Order: sequence, then C-alpha cells, then structure tokens
Amino acid sequence: MNDATEIRDAGEMSDPIIKFDKVVKRFGDHVVLDELDFEVQRGEKVTIIGPSGSGKSTVLRILMTLEPINDGVVYVGGQPLWHQWRGDELIPAGEPHLREMRSHMGMVFQQFNLFPHMTVLRNLTEAPVQVLGINKAEAKKRGMELLEMVGLADQASKYPHQLSGGQQQRVGIARALAMRPKVMLFDEPTSALDPELVGEVLNVIRSLADEHDLTMLLVTHEMHFARQVSDRICFFDQGRIKEQGKPEDIFTAPKEERTKAFLKAVLDPDD
Amino acid sequence: MEWTSYLAPLSQGAWVTVQLTVYSTILGGLFAFLFGLGKLSHNPLVKGFSVAYIEIFRGTSLLVQLFWIYFALPILGQAIGLDLRFPPVAAGVAALALNIGAYGAEVVRGAVQAVPREQYEAATALNFTGRKRLWRITLPQAIPEMMPTFGNLAVQNLKDTALVSLISLGDMAFRAEQIRNFTQDSVTVYTLVLFMYFGMALVVTACMKLLERYVGRWRAAGR
Repeated sequence: MNDATEIRDAGEMSDPIIKFDKVVKRFGDHVVLDELDFEVQRGEKVTIIGPSGSGKSTVLRILMTLEPINDGVVYVGGQPLWHQWRGDELIPAGEPHLREMRSHMGMVFQQFNLFPHMTVLRNLTEAPVQVLGINKAEAKKRGMELLEMVGLADQASKYPHQLSGGQQQRVGIARALAMRPKVMLFDEPTSALDPELVGEVLNVIRSLADEHDLTMLLVTHEMHFARQVSDRICFFDQGRIKEQGKPEDIFTAPKEERTKAFLKAVLDPDD
Repeated sequence: MEWTSYLAPLSQGAWVTVQLTVYSTILGGLFAFLFGLGKLSHNPLVKGFSVAYIEIFRGTSLLVQLFWIYFALPILGQAIGLDLRFPPVAAGVAALALNIGAYGAEVVRGAVQAVPREQYEAATALNFTGRKRLWRITLPQAIPEMMPTFGNLAVQNLKDTALVSLISLGDMAFRAEQIRNFTQDSVTVYTLVLFMYFGMALVVTACMKLLERYVGRWRAAGR
C-alpha cells in the first residue's frame, strides 16, 4: 500500500472519494464542463448519461489524468488531482503527484486499447510488474485469476487481434483490475461492440458492481443496464448535471424536460 | 589475363565493403534512434540538436561529408590543437553512419508518431512512466513499422560504401578501379563488381526481412 492510499484511508469514510468543485474544461472556445460540481461516494456505482458532447467522457478522462482541467479543483480521496499543495496554496500538479493519484484509478476504454504486441496474459501482467514491481510469477497467477473471472483463461496466450471485440473488452476490464484500482472508470465500454457481444461485457461489469469496495463510474448508452447496476444516475447536459437521482426516479419520473426528451429519444427511438 | 584472377583482389575489397556496411548500418541505426527520439523530445536543446543534425546530413552530399571528415576535419583540428586525423575506415564508417542515421531518424520519428494515441492513453492509465511507456509500449509497436524502410536504407548504405574508394580505402569499388587501370578490361571487371554488389544487396535484404519478421512476430500470430 503506498502513501497516497494511506492518507486517503485515514480520511473520514463519509468523505466523497471523487469531488469536482466548479470544474471548467474547455476545448478551444467550446465549454465542455461548465463549473461542474459532482461527487461520488466510496463504493458508489454511478452512471453518467446524456447527449453526445455533454461532457460525460470528459469527466472520466479528467479523472484518469488524460485531460487537464482549465479551472476549479478535482479531489480524489480528499487529495487534489490536478493540483498539489504548496503550503496552503494549490499549484498545478507535477508528474510525481499525478502518478501517485493515477494509481487509484483504472479505466476501460471504448476501443479497448489493448497492447497489440503482447499476449492477453502479458497485457495483464506488464503494468503490475513494470509499474507496481510485483514479481512475474505472482503477476501471472493474479492475471490468470482475473482471466478466469472474465471467462477467458483459455485465451491467455493469444494476441488481442485473435479475439472478438467482446473478448478484447473483457481483457480490457481485467487489465485495469490487475492494478487493483479503488475507482473503475468505464468509458462507453460496449459502444464499439457488435450487438450480440454486448451482453458478455455487461455481465462482467455487473459482477463487479457487486463488490462493495469498488467505486464505479460508468458512461454508457445501455439504459436498461444502467438502471440495474447503478446506485445513482446523473444526466449531463451542456457540461453540467441537469438532473440526478436513483435509477427508478430518473427513468420513471424525470423532473426536467431535457431529461424527459433525452430518455424518450434513447428509450423509444422509433417514436 | 583470366577473369578468375580478378577474384582474389575483388574479394579482398568485398570484405572491406562488408565491414563498412555492417559497421555503418549498425552505427547508423543507433544514430537513427538517438536523433529520431531526440527530435520528439520536449527538451528544446535535445530537440534542436537533433533537428540540426538531421537537416545538415540530409541536406548535404555524402561525398562532401566524407571528404570533410577525412580531409577538412584534421586541418581544423590542427588549428585548434586537436588531433582529428582518422584512419580511412573510421572516416568512412562515420560519414556513412551519420548520413544513413539522418534518414533513419526521420523514419524512427514517423513510426513513433504513428503509434495510435490510444496506446499512449492506455499506458498512462496503467501508470507507466514516460520511459517505460516508450520502451515497452511505443517502440515495440513502432519498430516493425520502421523495418521496410530500414531495409531500403541498409541496401542504400551498402551501395554508398563505394564512395569511400575515393579516400583510398581498399573496398570493392577501389579494387575494381585498380584492376581496370592495370588491365583496361572494363567490361569484365565492372560486370563482376555489379554482380557482387547485387549479391550482397540480396543478402542484406534477406537479413532485414528476417529481422522484420522477428520484431513483428506478434502481428503474424494465428494468421
């Protein structure tokens, strides 16, 4: 366990594990996140829904440190993510701080992004060995356990291009889990899949949702699935949370017109 | 004179050509990676030096570079009190390697930049350090992309070694010139040399193909 984890675990359990405090993100003139306030509790499973361009994926990419922010502060486990303390002052974070913070997060990408030059098992062991310094035998053992969990133990020695999209994404999930993150970020994990392969990936994510310790943040268009696994649904529109609440409330009795229109469009696209 | 009597001196020269090719290709490959990655560096000094190296050696003639290293550098060295006289082999290898390295550097840079951004993001998400990301994720994917062009450059380099005969290095072209001067048998001598270069080029191509297959073996798995 590294220092950052200890600091965080020492914090109050009621503190949110993720907190966006008036976060602004711009791409050129386009405002993607508009003074966003957003919190996620430890172990909470939150799904972000909303029209494309509403900033859903950007939230995840900021948390994974793939996208810097323009204003505001993001906290993970009580520590600022894109900043660090110097005395009482927050200054932009340096790479050592970002690396420490990154260790809490794992990400599953829409396009899987497996390493094509490594076998499936090597995809799972490379970062634990190279980054965490775990010995190879142990990393392999853990890698095989994870492959077992996602139902791909028999594919361990294949290369990613030999697998179906659904299988690749299951490897992608296992690869992220191999780093033992506290927070799992799923960025449209099934959007690139053929319809018949979506189920196998959702099943793996569903089984993860039963783990109480794991905080999950999911961006998806699979509304039925989101309703099943989420503790809370956040509807994003124009870089802010337009409406949020329990899945039952959001899906059956949305208050905002914008939410109603969006849900209608995605749930009954034929109307 | 029988044409077979040319073979002994020509193969002596061929050995020099082989040595020059092997040394300068390996050294040139090293320069290619060094300056190709240097050009991608965030450090303006490293980047600037790499860009300058690449442009200077791509933008000037190999023959002039060779003459400059062999004839001009010692005189410049003398002026500043350094002994910069190199034996012909060293000057030849240096000029060839610096020249091929400059072309190779652009190949390295291009291939590294062509690795999809998503790979970089996946490596970052798994918390690889910048250095490990380069060695473990980016380069293993970029190197197979470089190989076909590296193969061309290696053959090009083999043929360029003929220029070192002009600083009186006894390579194959130099021996051919000697025999021609002595026998006036241009047709036989140059036909022989043509075939010898061609044979060597085939060997270089085959070696590079093997290397290409080796570094890209993951791409062929199951296909």
